[in-house]
Amino acid sequence: MTVEATRTAADRDARITTEDEQAVPPGRGMRFTNWAANYVDERTSMSGFVREFGRKIFPNHWSFMLGEVALYSFIVILLSGTFLTFFFQASMTEVTYEGSYAPLKGLDMSAAYASTLDISFDIRGGLLMRQIHHWAALLFVASIGLHMLRVFFTGAFRKPREINWLIGFVLFVLAMGEGFTGYSLPDDLLSGNGLRIIDGMVKGFPIVGTWMSNLLFGGEFPGTSVVGMFYSLHILLLPAVLVAALGIHLVLMVVNKHTQFAGPGRTNDNVVGVPILPVFAAKAGGFFFIIFGVLALIAATVTINPIWAYGPYDPSPVSAGTQPDWYIGFADGALRLVPPGWEFELFGFTLSLNILAPVLVIVVFLVLVAFYPFIEGWITGDQREHHMAQRPRNAPRRTAIGAAGVTFYAVMWAAASSDLIATHFKLAIEGVTHAIQLLLILGPIIAFVLAHRICIGLQKKDREIVLHGYESARIVRLPGGEYIEVHEPLSEYERWKLIDFDDYQPLMLRPNDRGRIPVMQRVRAGLSRWFFEDRISPVTNTELEAAKHGGHH
Amino acid sequence: MAPHRKNRTGRRSPVVSAMLLLVGLLATGGSYALFTASASAETTAHVDNLIDEGQKLFQANCASCHGLAAQGTDAGPNLHGVGAAAVDFQVATGRMPMAASGPQAEEKPPQFTEEQVAALAAYVASLAPGPGIPDESLLTGNGDVTNGAELFRINCAMCHNVAGAGGALTEGKFAPDLKGVEPAHIYEAMVTGPQNMPVFNDLNLTPEDKADIISYLMFIDDKSNSPGIIDLGGLGPVSEGLFVWIFALGSIVGITVWLTAKSN
Repeated sequence: MTVEATRTAADRDARITTEDEQAVPPGRGMRFTNWAANYVDERTSMSGFVREFGRKIFPNHWSFMLGEVALYSFIVILLSGTFLTFFFQASMTEVTYEGSYAPLKGLDMSAAYASTLDISFDIRGGLLMRQIHHWAALLFVASIGLHMLRVFFTGAFRKPREINWLIGFVLFVLAMGEGFTGYSLPDDLLSGNGLRIIDGMVKGFPIVGTWMSNLLFGGEFPGTSVVGMFYSLHILLLPAVLVAALGIHLVLMVVNKHTQFAGPGRTNDNVVGVPILPVFAAKAGGFFFIIFGVLALIAATVTINPIWAYGPYDPSPVSAGTQPDWYIGFADGALRLVPPGWEFELFGFTLSLNILAPVLVIVVFLVLVAFYPFIEGWITGDQREHHMAQRPRNAPRRTAIGAAGVTFYAVMWAAASSDLIATHFKLAIEGVTHAIQLLLILGPIIAFVLAHRICIGLQKKDREIVLHGYESARIVRLPGGEYIEVHEPLSEYERWKLIDFDDYQPLMLRPNDRGRIPVMQRVRAGLSRWFFEDRISPVTNTELEAAKHGGHH
Repeated sequence: MAPHRKNRTGRRSPVVSAMLLLVGLLATGGSYALFTASASAETTAHVDNLIDEGQKLFQANCASCHGLAAQGTDAGPNLHGVGAAAVDFQVATGRMPMAASGPQAEEKPPQFTEEQVAALAAYVASLAPGPGIPDESLLTGNGDVTNGAELFRINCAMCHNVAGAGGALTEGKFAPDLKGVEPAHIYEAMVTGPQNMPVFNDLNLTPEDKADIISYLMFIDDKSNSPGIIDLGGLGPVSEGLFVWIFALGSIVGITVWLTAKSN
């Protein structure tokens, strides 16, 4: 039995003291604890802080732990990364490799690559740490992605959490930046090819492109400075910004309180769950070690980024199957999907639409993701605070938009592995590319329509179950010979989960104080109608009563 | 040691060593010539038999596409001058005879025994001069792996992938996975350029270079490029990304569900 503490807004600042504590005289251990706590508090006034954070309530749901997964993999990244900095040399000075990997012995390479090889082959535990670091990085971005999807599909970004969504998005972008700079550091063939693509993309910008590339690489690609510069970004600037943003993200999470799913006793004004201290902290500490353990197990058994196989960077060879790490895959895929011939010459300048178009698509997509809470808030005109997480089916349009976005991203992501899809499924690569190009346009539309239909269908099913109970699979023959299936009514607890959700109406068009209806208002009303015109309202009390007393069937 | 030895004056004159070496070489060379000469009559007869047998096999199994005299038809190319190396590569890996026409001939269990392959190779080699079966000394795997690895990255990796895992080409053609391929077949492929592969002739990559490449491939085959248990097919970030989503994140989501499950 877990003790669930209920905390309402009213007793937010109430002192947490209990009668029991004063009745029993404290033991020696307790006296020391009290003294120490008092000592610290008198000098730092920490008790208010501890009270606020220690009493933060976490509702119990698996999907609320995904952000934690990201946090803990970030800690694993920090720890393993610190180990790697002891041995990595961020320099592109040429050295001759004399380490223990035979197929590279005697070869000239950069100090960065040579030191990465040493970490992999000649430093005790180095390879394990490198693999933990890389696997944790992949898991970090993956768990951020899943966490974002959870927040999106449950509407947990609505007021008052829009700003925290934006900060979370910044964290996501920073994580990708960290990942890409880290991927480039070993200066192996694969990472060099990745940098070459970035170089090409930068050069694709009209007029400034060439200069920007020169700035980035300190002259002509690959230059001799990019590894050192990326190293500073990777271990200093990006992590510092990331930790700061992470801090704000967590503080805002405490300030905004946690969302929860509908259930008996749960309202928009309370949070039902366990407090951080002591239950949740203990659980979370254990969870951290589980994540660390899973990562260590994977790193010990599954090879990641075998840089020794790729060889030192040399601009001439490009290997088949060269891909970025998964989180940059969607950008690589967007580049691969551009049809041939999108390059034009205008007044002696080359206009590389084959680069600018996918970059624009990616930027627009990311901006839409970042500002979605504000866009939806504007469309719905909803000024209420929301602390109840929605079930995705209860916001059909948003769920459909999300499904379309996920499909769009996934199609671009799949495009990054078009060559592997072709070889592994024995298809022609042209066929694969054309199919994916088509899917990029059709996929989101199909996903949108399907998700919307499915949501409405599920809502109808919920309504049916609330009003008429679920089918019990018990067939009864009536005296008259008629067969009926008995419908069992839901329990109060179960019913609550199905009927407690927000009802929205399309915005009404009203003239402003000058008696006019501005164009933006019309657009807004149109979007709002599109958002909410197909909807299933929650079951009302009257309907429920009517169903109870009305005829069964 | 070395300076000491330099100053030593031995019992033997330095000329004696040279003479002894000369005598030894003459004796070995002479006897080798003697033995091979005495065997040559038998060998010729054996080779003739082999060519005859090869011709029969060819006419029964290959002629429908390559023509009765291997002159080529619309369905298959002329085989004059492709040499024993091409036949050994195509037939011993099962690529020929093709199971079905497609973008390229695919590897399958070979249809002929080693002797039959040798006979076919002898027959095709007898039609016109072409690259022969490589010498065993080039296939030992004792070459310079560093040079082999570098040559592989520069010449082979753009199609076969740095880890030799293979890659896609146009129109459904592909560069195959090189794991577990016989050294002789790798050499023959380089010399003859089967399917879409370019020919790497001896000016391009010397026989020693080819031996180095083979040594590198044997090294990564033998040692495996993965110190862990699972190498995810050597396919790089795609398989790593799928692994992290399906297995790492999958298992962790499983754990979160377990942690938040209500105790009964």
